[in-house]
Amino acid sequence: MIPTIFFYLFSAILLASACMVITARNPVHSVLFLILCFLNAAALFVMAGAEFLAMVLVIVYVGAVAVLFLFVVMMLDVDFIALREGFQRYVPLGLTVGLILMVEVGLTVGGFEYAGVGHGDHATVMLPGSTDASALGNLIYTHYAYVFELSGLLLLVAMIGAIVLTLVERTPPRRQDISRQHARSVAGTLTMVKAELGAGVTLPEPREREIV
Amino acid sequence: MILPAGLNAYLVVAALLLVIGIFGIFLNRKNVIVIMMSIELILLAANLNFVAFSGALHDMAGQVFTMFVLAVAAAEAAVGLAIVVVYFRNRGSIEVEDVTLMKG
Repeated sequence: MIPTIFFYLFSAILLASACMVITARNPVHSVLFLILCFLNAAALFVMAGAEFLAMVLVIVYVGAVAVLFLFVVMMLDVDFIALREGFQRYVPLGLTVGLILMVEVGLTVGGFEYAGVGHGDHATVMLPGSTDASALGNLIYTHYAYVFELSGLLLLVAMIGAIVLTLVERTPPRRQDISRQHARSVAGTLTMVKAELGAGVTLPEPREREIV
Repeated sequence: MILPAGLNAYLVVAALLLVIGIFGIFLNRKNVIVIMMSIELILLAANLNFVAFSGALHDMAGQVFTMFVLAVAAAEAAVGLAIVVVYFRNRGSIEVEDVTLMKG
């Protein structure tokens, strides 16, 4: 009874905060509601028996992805009010598409019938008495080892891609170069000029580049 | 593992989340960042379905797949936000309708 109540509580908060994500005026609020969404989804994951994935959702999504969103929203100096122009105009179309999709999904879920796939003869069946994390680990390092490596490779490629995309090539700042400073000699930097009386001095070109 | 409110309740919640995500894409047609957040919501709905079925069928395959979906979604968010940042640097705006550089 109590788990059912909590299930509906978490689901209600999840759906309400999802609505707030898409309708909030300030995108920073959107990101914060997205974090609330992820936290409630993590609670639902725990209730379905996926504790490890719930922790991954909290750590990776709330800790990294949502913060990335927050970072980008705050870094970009965008007039977000102007971006909301036409917000009202798109509501009917969005509602129509959403309703059609909802009816379709509703028909699918309503007509869903469990076909009764045989248990116990394949590797992915949950064994009683093993924790979620150990069961998941037993699978991803044996049965799904190649896919697991591939997902790691995908993350590497994504990381390199993000770095390459956002890298800004700047002219290097003026740095102290010890070897050049030591290689300076009096002859290379100091020029004696004989000044004519009343004619002033024209400085010759410096023989070495100026060293800070 | 017995699901607290049955498999159907999970499916309904996930379906509603999916619809909200798609509605969000239509609602915020100009703001790329909110569109990407809507995509995150859609992927979360898919993950919720995977986990619910995994719990109902006592099969770990759904959770394994959820983990891969999480990895792909994280990669997508990182690269997508990088593209948004680069686009903002070049054009000074993130409006979807301004993306016309590739127009012939």
